[in-house]
Amino acid sequence: MSGINDFAFKMATVNGTGSASANSLLMQAIFRMGIPVAGKNIFPSNIQGLPTWYEVRVSAAGYMARPPEVDLIVALNTNTLAKDIKTVRSGGYVMYDSSWPIPEELRRADITFLGVPFGNMCAEAFERDRDRTLLRNIVYTGALGALLNIDHGVISQMLTEKFAKKKSLLDANAKAIQMGWDFATANFPCPLPFHLEAMDETKDKVIIDGNTACGLGAVYAGATVGAWYPITPSTSLMEAFKGFCEKYRVDKETGLRKFCILQAEDELAAAGITIGAGWAGARSFTNTSGPGISLMQEFLGLAYYTEIPGVFFDVQRTGPSTGMPTRTQQADLMMLAYASHGDTKHLIVFPANPHECFTLTVEAFDLAERFQTPVFVASDLDIGMNDWMVPRLQWDENYVADRGKVLNNEQLAALPKFSRYLDVDGDGVAARTLPGSDPKGAYFVRGSGHDKNAAYTEDSDAYKEVVDRIRRKIDGAATSVPAPVIIRNPGAEIGLITIGGCDAAVREAMDRLKEQGFHVDFMRIRGFPFDTPVRDFIAEHEVNFVIEQNRDGQLRSLLAIELGVPRDAMVAVLDYAGMPLTAKFVIDAVTAHFAGVTA
Amino acid sequence: MTSIQKPQVRHPGLPKNTLGYTKRDYEGAMSTLCAGCGHDSVTAALIQAFWELDLPPNRAAKMSGIGCSSKTTAYFMKQSHGFNSVHGRMPSVTSGASAANRGLTYIGISGDGDSLSIGMGQLCHAIRRNVRMLYVIENNGVYGLTKGQFSASADIGSTSKKGEANVQPPIDPALLALSLGATFVARSFSGDKTQLVPILKAGLMHDGFALIDVISPCVSFNDHEGSTKSYRFTREHEVEMTEVDFVPIRHEITTADSDAAVTAVQMHDGTVMRFRKTDEGYDPNDREKAYAHVRACQMAGEVATGLLFIQRGGADMHAVARTVERPLVELPYSELCPGKSALDTLMDSYR
Repeated sequence: MSGINDFAFKMATVNGTGSASANSLLMQAIFRMGIPVAGKNIFPSNIQGLPTWYEVRVSAAGYMARPPEVDLIVALNTNTLAKDIKTVRSGGYVMYDSSWPIPEELRRADITFLGVPFGNMCAEAFERDRDRTLLRNIVYTGALGALLNIDHGVISQMLTEKFAKKKSLLDANAKAIQMGWDFATANFPCPLPFHLEAMDETKDKVIIDGNTACGLGAVYAGATVGAWYPITPSTSLMEAFKGFCEKYRVDKETGLRKFCILQAEDELAAAGITIGAGWAGARSFTNTSGPGISLMQEFLGLAYYTEIPGVFFDVQRTGPSTGMPTRTQQADLMMLAYASHGDTKHLIVFPANPHECFTLTVEAFDLAERFQTPVFVASDLDIGMNDWMVPRLQWDENYVADRGKVLNNEQLAALPKFSRYLDVDGDGVAARTLPGSDPKGAYFVRGSGHDKNAAYTEDSDAYKEVVDRIRRKIDGAATSVPAPVIIRNPGAEIGLITIGGCDAAVREAMDRLKEQGFHVDFMRIRGFPFDTPVRDFIAEHEVNFVIEQNRDGQLRSLLAIELGVPRDAMVAVLDYAGMPLTAKFVIDAVTAHFAGVTA
Repeated sequence: MTSIQKPQVRHPGLPKNTLGYTKRDYEGAMSTLCAGCGHDSVTAALIQAFWELDLPPNRAAKMSGIGCSSKTTAYFMKQSHGFNSVHGRMPSVTSGASAANRGLTYIGISGDGDSLSIGMGQLCHAIRRNVRMLYVIENNGVYGLTKGQFSASADIGSTSKKGEANVQPPIDPALLALSLGATFVARSFSGDKTQLVPILKAGLMHDGFALIDVISPCVSFNDHEGSTKSYRFTREHEVEMTEVDFVPIRHEITTADSDAAVTAVQMHDGTVMRFRKTDEGYDPNDREKAYAHVRACQMAGEVATGLLFIQRGGADMHAVARTVERPLVELPYSELCPGKSALDTLMDSYR
């Protein structure tokens, strides 16, 4: 399948050796050549010394999912060399450090080995050990530049931008690029059969990760209080929020900040701070991952029952327990939907990529205040930490934040009496007041049983009146959460249902399946609770595949619980090994199902 | 929590503060605690303190967790917003509320179970964060609502109502707060309103986290022979350290009985209570000496009371976070959203 602007390559290195910046440089250079590109960083939960890989997929057609196989690998980690050589497709290439011989038993006849004496070259060219290690990555970038036909001018320009203030670093990096470039040109048939040719497909695009986009979304939504406890893979979300706030929210005269970020002692406290700030009237949020949501359960129930807004980012990682902190999964769906003890149900938005991380974050803040309840943004490690090529983020100046029903003192004065939990408008949403308001609006927030006036109750009817209204409110939010993305193809009887970051792989699979004669419709769910279009889509199709990244088919279970569709009537396609989904996985599952049905 | 509305009865002759409020205006719902509960005395002292300080009720927020102590926020200042959160987590909720709206006076009421067991982490970190708030621990050494289990403040050898002796060492919130860098640490006794009210007022006016540990006997489960948190034991073992009338606040604070060396008072149960007098030489600005004193009293089986430590001018949570003076909740959206052109420019750097 490889060809011009349609191939994948991978760098296998040791973490902590500076390969990350070289890999970003490669990806960005391809992007600047106008060619659609996707990068996946597969990294260890470690600071230095463990294997790390970076996969780059080049796709003229714009497919952004993880590639099923790689055409070329830069194999610089001796500990993973054997495995890395095996991952290359037949007819592909392995670039390795020929300063040391490659063990004969690892050689394959069906691939080409490109030996570059990185170690010797760097030892000769650079004085310091640090430079010899770091610049080795830049040397392979140069070699790949020649092999893949990267625009040399683009790389030079990027180095100039990056090291504008450090002439010595610029010179060393330019030298390293040229060393690799010249070696490859002199020793290999450059460019390789699959390579790059400039296009014009990226001018309206940016390269950004989901956590950065969520942090930026929180700034644009007007969030002022952020609370968190460091946890992979969500940490960079708050770092992004902080960075953008420091750029846009610092009073120029006083140097004082129009935001407050609190690093809490744990996720319980982070949830408490979020809820306290939401109660006081701020747009507030916390960012965490599955283990943090586990700790926040108690507070989530409190916020649900006392009807306090807050946005909770769950950048999911592989569970259960500590799991694999640097691998991706969508295995928190059930936990988010019904978090906390007692009867609860929560609003969730599911972004598929960093672009939606931005837009749905803003929506999440609106939903939280409109429905006075916690709202989850269910991202994952793949979306949150990987660089994605997405449309430029746009801002509509006409946006008006939906702050929900908050009574000011004038509105309070006009009321005969304020009842915090009284459904005046019939939509299940009762007006609230903020602390500091006129005494007429004072009420007592309590997680214990309360009546419509917020007074303590152990009376069955008074209790039921409140919890029944909350159920109406949450069910009513189904039409307000983001609608599913549905793509229909004429005559399709197969439905592919998916969620979040599976989007890219499933869309690609849809195209490929069509080539094989399978006509399928596509639905990506973007909000919970589910709305009627979700139910209708399932009813329209003879066979529905539910494609998700967890072991137990949590989305499928949620669809069954919420919509009454028999669970086993939907075919589960489950990829839960921690890597981003590939189109091949989906295609194989669909074709295997029908092979099994006809056989 | 249970609460019963009080009948609205007006007493035209009651004195008013500068806001025009009588003390009745600072009351809340009827207490449903046991008759004679120390916590009700603390509530009465709080009401007195609020009234004397002319605190506008709608500019205060009452924060609590779970337990008998946490119920009491319903029993004062009905005109204030209140937040009865989850067990041991009031400090984080208050931190968030204060982050959002620094313009309110935050009054946190907690207990020894709430603060020293399930919520000790939260208490410690609220102290470290230096959230500007009054934090009262109504300390009775026992879990009352669940019928009398030992709490983490129960002394070794203290016996439960069933006669079982506690063997685990107690956590002293005053020592804890001192070691964590708290800038206001005080202790009092629920039955000593003369001492307690000025301390509460000082704590309310403090420019940071003000911890007040109030020994508040549980009449149902911890007021018997063998208890070290009983009325009798506390009265007999209290060592008052400092008068608090030096604290710079808006009203003069007077404490009674400032001259006598020992004052004996007869309690309702016939026991005799003994107050030790303030040590003239005690310096509440010295953290090390405060720690040493509290520890010495503890070793002697006595309870050090009074204002134990104060340090003004410390950086509170907002000073550390360098937030604007204006409460964040009052900032208009236009000051928070960078706008379209900023985003367009920013996007160029992601290419």
